Amino acid sequence: MDQRSSNLLDEALGLDCQTDRWALAGRVVAIEDSVETSGSFILHQLVKRALAPNSSTVVLFIAFAQPFSHYDRILRKLGCNLAAQRVNNRFFFFDKLTLQCPDVDERNSPVSGLVALYGEIQETIYGLPEVSRKNVTIIIDDLSIVEVAANGSSDYVLDFLHYCHTLTSEFDCTLITLNHEDIYSSTEKPAFLLQTEYLADILIKAEPLATGLATDVHGQLTVLNKGFNHGQMNSRNKIRNFHFRVKENMVEYFYPGSRN
Amino acid sequence: MKKLELGFQWASSKPKLLLHRSSITTLRRYQLTAHGNCGKRKSAENWVRRSSRRNTNSSANSTRLNSELRSKQTCPKDYQTGVSLLFLLAAMAATKTRGSSFSRAVSAATPSLAPGLKCGPNGTVFLSSGIPDLDKILGGGFTLGSLVMVMEDSEAPHHMLLLRNFMSQGLIHNQPLLYASPSKDPKGFLGTLPSPASSKDDKPRDRDTDQEKGLRIAWQYKKYFGENNPNFTGHRDDKHEYCNDFDLRKPLERQFLIRQHVDCVSLQDSMNLSVLLDHCGTFLSQFPRNDNNSSITTAGRIAIQSFCAPDCGYSNMEWHMLSFIRSLKSVMRSSNAVAVLTFPPSLLSPSFCKRWQHMADTLLSVKAIPDEDRELAQLLTGYQDMVGLLNVHKIARINTQAPMILEATTFSIKLQKRRYLVLECLNQAPIDGSSGASYGTSGSCSASSKTGRLDF
Repeated sequence: MDQRSSNLLDEALGLDCQTDRWALAGRVVAIEDSVETSGSFILHQLVKRALAPNSSTVVLFIAFAQPFSHYDRILRKLGCNLAAQRVNNRFFFFDKLTLQCPDVDERNSPVSGLVALYGEIQETIYGLPEVSRKNVTIIIDDLSIVEVAANGSSDYVLDFLHYCHTLTSEFDCTLITLNHEDIYSSTEKPAFLLQTEYLADILIKAEPLATGLATDVHGQLTVLNKGFNHGQMNSRNKIRNFHFRVKENMVEYFYPGSRN
Repeated sequence: MKKLELGFQWASSKPKLLLHRSSITTLRRYQLTAHGNCGKRKSAENWVRRSSRRNTNSSANSTRLNSELRSKQTCPKDYQTGVSLLFLLAAMAATKTRGSSFSRAVSAATPSLAPGLKCGPNGTVFLSSGIPDLDKILGGGFTLGSLVMVMEDSEAPHHMLLLRNFMSQGLIHNQPLLYASPSKDPKGFLGTLPSPASSKDDKPRDRDTDQEKGLRIAWQYKKYFGENNPNFTGHRDDKHEYCNDFDLRKPLERQFLIRQHVDCVSLQDSMNLSVLLDHCGTFLSQFPRNDNNSSITTAGRIAIQSFCAPDCGYSNMEWHMLSFIRSLKSVMRSSNAVAVLTFPPSLLSPSFCKRWQHMADTLLSVKAIPDEDRELAQLLTGYQDMVGLLNVHKIARINTQAPMILEATTFSIKLQKRRYLVLECLNQAPIDGSSGASYGTSGSCSASSKTGRLDF
């Protein structure tokens, strides 16, 4: 337990507090990465934390990027058996690798795919027992592919996100999304990215090191925690910046230069 | 632009090993022939001369060696120790290069694989890219089920080099191939595929191992080979079946094209990408993947050239292309095949280009280098032999979260003897007027030369 709470990312997210409640409940986390540095490892960490034996969180994983076997293998190395959690009804995997919303020019209902997906999510949550309904985490990997699936109509994707957002207030769900920042960096008004950033309570950015690639530092994380203003948490830093190194079975976090 | 002659019109010349390897071999061979017997020294010298004539590119090394030899001829004893020292140095250098070249540990419990496939970490299976050096860089090759994207240089056909070798390697291994290109007659491209270097051309390499076995003098250095040799020969044997050296000047024999199932699709015909996707789908249905680690009998290869070329009907439908790539990627994931897709990034808008890059599992880019760039020529060694640069942006991370960090991401593409495609780390040239020690220091400057070759 102690060893886990020394993790800088957990600290920044407020996960190190020894409370029964899942610290991210009711919050929206947006993760942004780039081609050079993938941020998907943060998703894996969060899944692992959410499915930890002492918590009762239920994870709804909406996968657009990778098949189940990929996540299963990774999480197994992190010490978390997704297949078993699936049987326990704590992990729900939505394989949306091939989900393709109908063409916009077909005009019948371009969003039907995403509406159906939302319906599926809602149904799953309603199907949960009363106790675990309070601790649901929805993870979307990743939003840029949802846009592709919706054939570029990012407004529909935003609608979908807003709907998912309502779940955070209704059920105190956690919504975690991954997106790629560099896709939008060249556009003048990256409405989609700005909207998701606006929705987010916590923004995590994974960036490559400015000084180039290194074997012992894989990149840096910037965590912006907007919602830390209530009560005793005021003393915490709002923006944290630290380096990370991704390994097979863990991720090392450390402050720049503090590594020996 | 540096001229890239891919035809078969070059004058014939003998193949050559990697420069550093060849210089080491020269030393070794020299050592062997010079063994104890002064009478044999002459022949050794002749050998070196001959080889220097043959290897025009490495003639500098050999000539240096020659002069070394001439100066030592007066005192054979000194000369012998000198050579032994050199030899020791070479052996040590060899150890170093071997040690730094990346080779994955292969788990013992492996499913039975068809030839041309290799087990990788995390339950992945590799397939050769057709370029031995690229396989080494990527840690074994292309992962089955992955989508490899190559960003083209819009003004040079370097991506064709990668595609040709990739396709040829598949045909050699009896792997079905689907080739799509924007040209009117994609079948014609098959005629330009390179053939693997024949065993006769490979002789220099083979002889090299033979002589190592019969090492008589300097037996005390054998221990250096003890750690090297298994790795070395094992790798070589492996290479013979897993990855061939392709002779770019020799066209692939017809029998490979005939006995194979080669599908050619012209991207010009298909206004709609769904047709192409269906085609890929039916092609890939031959290689379904079942996760319970049963044997893989065959793997498929898909090569798509210049996907967003303007002469394709769909080239202005950016979202359609993107969803095609996404669908292709998802069908790839569930089949035992590798798709290589090249595209000119300059034809895409920057944000779409990034989207494409995110789609790729393995992302490479090729770039031509200017013909007469004097500044660059001064900066890099072996500039004359380079035809372009290869950049590794992303390496497939299937079933793992840990990224593979390379020592260097930029490699020079060289055509060795104008026949063999070779990738090398960039090496900074020694600065004019500085002492010989600068060879050593140049390595640390470029921070990429650990796997680089050895300059004498």
